[in-house]
Amino acid sequence: FYLTPPQVNSILKANEYSFKVPEFDGKNVSSVLGFDSNQLPANAPIEDRRSAATCLQTRGMLLGVFDGHAGCACAQAVSERLFYYIAVSLLPHETLLEIENAVESGRALLPILQWHKHPNDYFSKEASKLYFNSLRTYWQELIDLNSGETTDVREALINAFKRLDNDISLEAQVGNPNSFLNYLVLQVAFSGATACVAHVDGVDLHIANTGDSRAMLGVQEEDGSWSAVNLSYDHNAQNEHEVERVKMEHPKSEEKSLVKQDRLLGLLMPFRAFGDVKFKWSIELQKRVVESGPDQLNDNEYTKFIPPNYHTPPYLTAEPEVIHHKLRPQDKFLVLATDGLWETMHRQDVARIVGEYLTGVHHQQPIAVGGYKVTLGQMHGLLTERRARISSVFEDQNAATHLIRHAVGNNEFGTVDHERLSKMLSLPEELARMYRDDITITVVQFNSHVIGAY
Amino acid sequence: AASMFLRLLSDIQWRAGHPKWRRMTSSQRSTSTTEPHPLSLPAQAQVVICGGGITGTSVAYHLSKMGWKDIVLLEQGRLAAGTTRFCAGIVSTARPVSIELKMAHYSNKLYQRLEQETGVQTGYMKTGSISLAQTQDRLISLKRIASSLNVMGIPCEIISPKKALQLHPLINIHDLVGAMYVPEDALVSSANVSLALATAASRNGVQIHERTSVSHVTIQKGQVTGVETDRGRIQCEYFVNCAGQWAYELGHSGEEPVHIPLHACEHFYLLTHPLKEPLSSSLPTIVDPDGRIYIRNWQGGILSGGFEKNPKPLFTEGRNQLEIQNLQEDWDHFGPLLSALLRRMPGLEALQIMQLVNCPESFTPDMRCIMGESPTARGYFVLAGMNSAGISYGGGAGKYLAEWIVNGYPSENVWPLDLKRFGTLQSSRTFLRHRVMEVMPLMCDLKVPRWDFQTGRQLRTSPLYDRLDAQGARWMEKHGFERVKYFVPPGSDLLDLGHSKTFYKPDWFDIVGSEVKCCKEAVCVIDMSSFTKFEISSTGNQALESLQYLFSNDLDVPVGHVVHTGMLNEKGGYENDCSIARLSKRSFFMISPTDQQVHCWAWLKDHLPDDSNLVMEDVTWKYTALNLIGPRAVDVLSELSYAPMTAEHFPSLFCKEMSVGYANGIRVMSITHTGEPGFVLYIPIEYALHVYNEVMNMGQKYGIRNAGYYALRSLRIEKFFAFWGQDLDAFTTPMECGREFQVKLDKGIPFLGHEALWQQKQNGVYKRFTMFILEDHDTDMDLWPWWGEPIFRNGRYVGKTTSSAYSYTLERHVCLGFVHHFDEKTGEELVVTTDFINQGEYEIDIAGQRFQAKAKLYPFSSLFTQRRRKDEVELSGYQRE
Repeated sequence: FYLTPPQVNSILKANEYSFKVPEFDGKNVSSVLGFDSNQLPANAPIEDRRSAATCLQTRGMLLGVFDGHAGCACAQAVSERLFYYIAVSLLPHETLLEIENAVESGRALLPILQWHKHPNDYFSKEASKLYFNSLRTYWQELIDLNSGETTDVREALINAFKRLDNDISLEAQVGNPNSFLNYLVLQVAFSGATACVAHVDGVDLHIANTGDSRAMLGVQEEDGSWSAVNLSYDHNAQNEHEVERVKMEHPKSEEKSLVKQDRLLGLLMPFRAFGDVKFKWSIELQKRVVESGPDQLNDNEYTKFIPPNYHTPPYLTAEPEVIHHKLRPQDKFLVLATDGLWETMHRQDVARIVGEYLTGVHHQQPIAVGGYKVTLGQMHGLLTERRARISSVFEDQNAATHLIRHAVGNNEFGTVDHERLSKMLSLPEELARMYRDDITITVVQFNSHVIGAY
Repeated sequence: AASMFLRLLSDIQWRAGHPKWRRMTSSQRSTSTTEPHPLSLPAQAQVVICGGGITGTSVAYHLSKMGWKDIVLLEQGRLAAGTTRFCAGIVSTARPVSIELKMAHYSNKLYQRLEQETGVQTGYMKTGSISLAQTQDRLISLKRIASSLNVMGIPCEIISPKKALQLHPLINIHDLVGAMYVPEDALVSSANVSLALATAASRNGVQIHERTSVSHVTIQKGQVTGVETDRGRIQCEYFVNCAGQWAYELGHSGEEPVHIPLHACEHFYLLTHPLKEPLSSSLPTIVDPDGRIYIRNWQGGILSGGFEKNPKPLFTEGRNQLEIQNLQEDWDHFGPLLSALLRRMPGLEALQIMQLVNCPESFTPDMRCIMGESPTARGYFVLAGMNSAGISYGGGAGKYLAEWIVNGYPSENVWPLDLKRFGTLQSSRTFLRHRVMEVMPLMCDLKVPRWDFQTGRQLRTSPLYDRLDAQGARWMEKHGFERVKYFVPPGSDLLDLGHSKTFYKPDWFDIVGSEVKCCKEAVCVIDMSSFTKFEISSTGNQALESLQYLFSNDLDVPVGHVVHTGMLNEKGGYENDCSIARLSKRSFFMISPTDQQVHCWAWLKDHLPDDSNLVMEDVTWKYTALNLIGPRAVDVLSELSYAPMTAEHFPSLFCKEMSVGYANGIRVMSITHTGEPGFVLYIPIEYALHVYNEVMNMGQKYGIRNAGYYALRSLRIEKFFAFWGQDLDAFTTPMECGREFQVKLDKGIPFLGHEALWQQKQNGVYKRFTMFILEDHDTDMDLWPWWGEPIFRNGRYVGKTTSSAYSYTLERHVCLGFVHHFDEKTGEELVVTTDFINQGEYEIDIAGQRFQAKAKLYPFSSLFTQRRRKDEVELSGYQRE
């Protein structure tokens, strides 16, 4: 079975999405030029999700990738809800009051977020009322708390993550009279999702990460070369600090059983996640909810199964690790991606490929011989390489697509091999997951001129 | 002589002051301060030449050689500092168009002796050139050129790849099928050639002023009166626009624009450092058209450029600048040419690059240079648009233009280069931009018979265009007008018809054959709206009197008669060949070839008396012309008009306004341009569709069908009909092409050309238009003739063909061409007699292969009539069934 290049392209481009921050008065005042996003499924249906939105009542832009496991329900819920929790956490007291008053008196609500969505990125209609009520309860509590202090982004991110996870847990415990919703909230709670979210406001970049997705900054060095700076730590067994943290939170007696085969309790790869109540609730609670839950839940072996050595829950948290970075002119782009990308590519390669793509699209530096000693053969080699690069770059109008093409199609020489690409993309559903994971990528491009002017 | 020398020293200080000009690599302009102009501009001069490049200096040189002294040459920057300075300096004579070949040959001879004549080093080096063929088709095209070089006495050889390797040890020959070696091709330093020409001109009295730019040319009453410059005004009789890529803008700068359709494109070539063992300066130049490149030796290294597929036109919006700044090098753009270079000479990988030169060249809509006088401004001459061959053509082109200015016409037929082949319609910047993007790659593309331009199309169309197109018409273009080549029959699976390129039997062979058959047996319609149509009328007898002077045939015929006549020059040569209908006592309707629109108009304007009672109008656009050809045309027309159209009522060469269908006032003429029976209908355009529909409906029962120009061509050539622009030119008289019957020496009016024709009648002619039927030519297997093939009589070269076609009636190829009689010893041209023609054994050389041919001075009239009668019997018999 062989895919033609146009067929390959149609598969690769099916989920691509680009957003350019509109320029006002011909001058772009945002530090973000725009972003390119794409995802390539390996699971059917895909378990990754992504979100992007502009905060309308505060400044800044939110972007995130979410990697679901044990189904996509949790990732879907987080992708719909998390940015509202963050936005609300960032709102000043007066705005919260204004919004609450509007809801109370049935007036039109101030829009909080402007979403930038691909048509395939959907929101659940059925759950919107439920989700809204939970969110309203959250802001009502925030109004009551009224600390009077200006909101700290780091704190807001942490609060939002924790609050949403808490709400997911509560909704599942409370249950819902609507059987569809009742099953949905349980699915959300029993599945899990990691989240890697960026908040960009001027030169302030915050990354809140829960789990093993990753944020990476692409930096252009003075000599034009590209280097990668990690802006998140993976929460998994490879991260000593994470292993240390988990061990600290549980009695020494459990030390041996906590991490087995590089997995939490020998089961879960990420050490932090949304949902996954099987790693958070007490055994009693789990049993009660499953038993009183709908039949589908009871029939599910996975939900009924209690992890081994389950003594002192919770073992899992959704609390993110937040990293703050002040953007510099040499910081050209940010890559948020689920582990599907990072498994196949080194961050240094990611930085180079995206960097060359982004600069190549805008201006390929003309070659000048000047006073250098260049032979015809050297020049010929150089030009051939440039042509090859341009032709592969021009196939893609989207940096994320370009990166996926490399991630899936790169051969041992680091160049895209169409045959390999064709093979990888034509794998049958049941095999695909064995060769690759879902990949979700969002590449945010920064405006160096604006950043330099800060 | 002493004072002239002094002036030379003072006026052309540039020679000593700017040695950099000797080095073509000096990329930086001289930064010297503006030196004081040693001479102020004269208030008047006979000739002002604008442009100090190769063409301007060549014109000045030749004018001064011919004895004209009162000449001023103005250069906006410095001499030879534009395209000329950057030119690759290759003098190459291998040119497909005969007049271009002659110019290049002359240039070569001129440059060779220039150093001795002027003392200026020109760097002339006879290296020879090798044109490589990677395909058999390319080799055929080289062989065709070789044939025409050989008969001109220019040494030229088709050689094997191995021989090519012996001549140039660096080339890779593995992908070659053959090559053409022209041993006398040369290299020069183009800037120095230009300076040498300027020096010689200056010695002959030409004043040269640098840093003087022409703002515009003043024209009064259609005559050049002077030139406005940034240093004052010069009155002059003649102005010569040699402004290269600025010629278009300069032409448009005055109140009355002179349209010079050319457009600049970036052109790249590479210079390298010397090889470890420097290349010999006598190593031949390599031209690899399939790789789109040329490679010459240059200071021990190489110079290599080419004509890429994706050219970069520039200055579309016009941007005047003093000299060509060194434009940006674009290596990515040059990449494919570099690949071709390394493929041809793999050994050069380690050769070090010196520079990539970006030198804009100007290109024209038909790849031929532009020379001649403006059709609207007398005394305004142009020589520009050299299509990157300025050095090859410069010498010869300057000579022809100088002759043109001094004698009124050059010594050769330069119609293919004449500015008047273009009109305003080719002057659109968009058209030029698109066309030159096609022209530049075409420099290297293989050109097979009947190739056509693809850009700038569908500009002028007949109102029937869409109707014909829907019926399968395939189109070609002439003077911007779309004309049908042939009609692809419905259901034909020849989807790519017309796209196959071949020197052999084309894929439309049978299609055209069936159209021809229909013309001969039934009736066909050909849309001939592109022909140029003028109306000339007067209040009194002025029109008749003027036309009687301008045309050789007698136009004082009864109203309603049509006359075929030549519009001749002083020497009796054809300036135009046309049909004139006398519409009334005082008005005439004149039909000329399509590309005569500008030339004929200018000629008439020039020669008709300035009389407000004499009115001339170009009505080309007002009429759609439908040609009904064939024995059944008469039936179709009489049914549509309820008028008898038989020979008794509507004899041949007759013109009448009548109704066709509902449409009245259709001008019907009993002429066909092919010798077949039939009519041409001149239809006011709003009636065109109606009349066409009526004709097609009525014609159905007579077997009517559409036909195109290929059928027409086959018919007219087998009938030995000469066409102006193809067979006839300003150097051909009616006496030389068997048309004495169209010349009325005794009509009582000493018409233009009368004296020359009378002389010819007394003394005989020196060439004779002859028809050749190829005898041992296999239509299916052999190369087809095109035009320009050498004719051999008893093994000796006697002339060239001018057109050819397959005759479906004779089932043979027919070539038309001119036979000369060169004295066997001296080469002197002798009188060509009928006996001389009839008593020879003839051969036609097609790409080096000779085919036996039978010469005829008269068409096979009897054969055709017999056949037709026989066919008519058959057809009538068929109808009875």
